[in-house]
Amino acid sequence: MYSKEVMDHFMNPRNVGEIPDADGVGEEGNPTCGDVMKISIKVKDGKIIDAKFKTFGCGAAIAVSSMVTEMVKGKTIEEALSISKETVAEALGGLPAQKMHCSNLGADALRRAIEDYKSKQGIQTPKAAKTKKKKAKTVKKTRKGT
Amino acid sequence: MKIRYFDHVATNPLREEILEAMLPYLKEEFGNPLSPYELGTRARTAIEEAREKVASLIGAKPSAVIFTSSGAEANNFALRGIALARQNKGKHIIVSRVEHHSVLNSARFLEKSGFTVTFLPVDKHGMVEPDTLKKAITKETTLVSIIHASPEVGTIQPIKELSAIAKENDIIFHTDAVASAGNIPVDVNELGVDLLSLAAHQFYGPKGAAALYVRPGLRIVPLIYGGIQENGRRAGTENVPAIVGMGKAAQMAKAELPEKMKHVKKLRDKLIEGITKVENVYLTGHPTERLPGHASFCVEFIEGEAMLLMLAAKGIYAASGSACSSKALKASPVLLSMGIPASLAQGSIVFTLGSENSEEDIDYLLSEFPQIISRLREISPYAGGWGNTEEKGQCIPKK
Ligand code: FES
Repeated sequence: MYSKEVMDHFMNPRNVGEIPDADGVGEEGNPTCGDVMKISIKVKDGKIIDAKFKTFGCGAAIAVSSMVTEMVKGKTIEEALSISKETVAEALGGLPAQKMHCSNLGADALRRAIEDYKSKQGIQTPKAAKTKKKKAKTVKKTRKGT
Repeated sequence: MKIRYFDHVATNPLREEILEAMLPYLKEEFGNPLSPYELGTRARTAIEEAREKVASLIGAKPSAVIFTSSGAEANNFALRGIALARQNKGKHIIVSRVEHHSVLNSARFLEKSGFTVTFLPVDKHGMVEPDTLKKAITKETTLVSIIHASPEVGTIQPIKELSAIAKENDIIFHTDAVASAGNIPVDVNELGVDLLSLAAHQFYGPKGAAALYVRPGLRIVPLIYGGIQENGRRAGTENVPAIVGMGKAAQMAKAELPEKMKHVKKLRDKLIEGITKVENVYLTGHPTERLPGHASFCVEFIEGEAMLLMLAAKGIYAASGSACSSKALKASPVLLSMGIPASLAQGSIVFTLGSENSEEDIDYLLSEFPQIISRLREISPYAGGWGNTEEKGQCIPKK
C-alpha cells in the first residue's frame, strides 16, 4: 500500500524528538482522524538548522513528519514556507489518496512552527496564518469533547 | 520471514482437506444442480450433503439452511426479508450499535424506506443489557437483530435472554453468528433464535459460501429473485465447490470444536496476560464472556495503523479499529459506543487466534510487541500522558 520511501521513513524516522531551546514550535491537529503532529525548529541567520518532530498518528503521518523535518533543514524561512502537502507526498514517492491529509498535517505543523518563530522575533504574521490558527483551535476543542 | 497470522476474524486459511473436497467440483463435477442428467444430480446431492453438515453444526434441520454468497448477504437477507414480510404487522425494527456494517447499513436502508429503527446502546464491555431491549420494544416492532459475538472486541451477547424477550413479545429474532459459528458452540434452539447468519471462511472454509438459517415455517421475502434454487428463496446457480467446501468445513469444525476452543483459549489467556503487563494497555470487550481466541486492546498514546505496519514488518498480522486504519478514516463505532474516548480508540489492536497458532507464536508476539509500543511511544507527543486532552475516568479498567 505504501511506497518504499514511506516505509523507510516510517520504520526509521529521522529527527524524532523535541528541540529543548527551539526557536519555533508548531502543533497541528488532524480534523479527519484526530491525530496530532508537533514540529520544533532551530533557526540561525534566517536558516533552519535543525528540526524535530513528535507525532501521534498513522504510518503515513510519521513518514510525513520525518520527511518534512528532513526537507526543511538548511532551508531559509521563505524556502521552507513553500513546502506543501504535494511536495512532501512527492518526496515520499506518493501517498494513497485517503492519506493525503496526513501530508497536509506535516506542512501545516511546519507552517505553524515558522509562525511561532516569526511572532517570537516580532515579525508580522500574514493573514492566512491567522485563520489557520483559528482552525487549529477548533480542532483542539473537538478533541477534548470526544 | 515466518508469517504469524493473528487475524482469524478477518478470514481463515483454507484447510487442505477442505480444498481436496472442493476440487472435483471445480473440475470434472461441474454440473448444474438443476440439470436432470447424472452430472447435475451429483452436484445436487453434493449440495444437499453440505446442507446437512452445515445444519448439524448449528443444530438445525437441513431444510432451514439457505446458502448465500457471504455473511453480509445473509445479514441483508435476514433484515430486509423479515422486515418486508412482516410490514403489515408493524414497521419498527431493533438492532444494536455494535452490529456488523451489513446489519447496520441494512437497518439504515430500511429506515430510508419508511421503517423506524432503534439502535440499542451497549455497556462498557459492548454488551446489550436485556432491560434496554425490553424498553425499546413497541407494538410496531417486528424484528430484533443482535450480533452473537463481536469480531472487534470478542464480546459474546446473552442471546438466549435477549431472544426470550423477543419471543414473549411475538417478535422475530435474528443473530449474526458469523464470528462465532465454528468457533464456539452455536445451536439455534439453544439460543432460541429464528434466524442466524454464518460464513464458511470463519471456520477454515472457502470465501463465497455462507448461510442463513430460517426457522421452518417462517416467511421471508427473497433478496434475489429468479429461479427455484434454495426453494425459491435465493435464486442463482449455486456455487457448488464453495458450498461443498462449507459443508466439509462445518463437519470438521464441529468435530474439532472442543479441542480448538481449549487450544486458542490457552494461547489467548497467555497473550492477554503478557500484553496487559505493558503500562497503559487495556483489554477491550468482556473479560470473560468473549470468544476463546479473541484478544483486543487499546494501547494508549499511539495509533493502530502504525502498530499494524510495525507488526507486519516482523511477520505478525493483526487488525485495528482505529480511524487511521479504516478506509473511511472513522474510528470503530463499536469502540466508541462502548464509551471509549476517540483518542484511546486510535490505539486499537486486535489479535484473533486459530488452530494453527502455537505457543511459540505467542512468545514471539510477546517479545516483539512491547518493543513496538515503546518505539511508537517515543515518537508520540503524548508519551507522558494526554496533557489537557486527557479524559480521566473514561478509560476502561485493566482486566
Ligand atoms: S494520521 Fe490518521 S490517517 Fe494518517
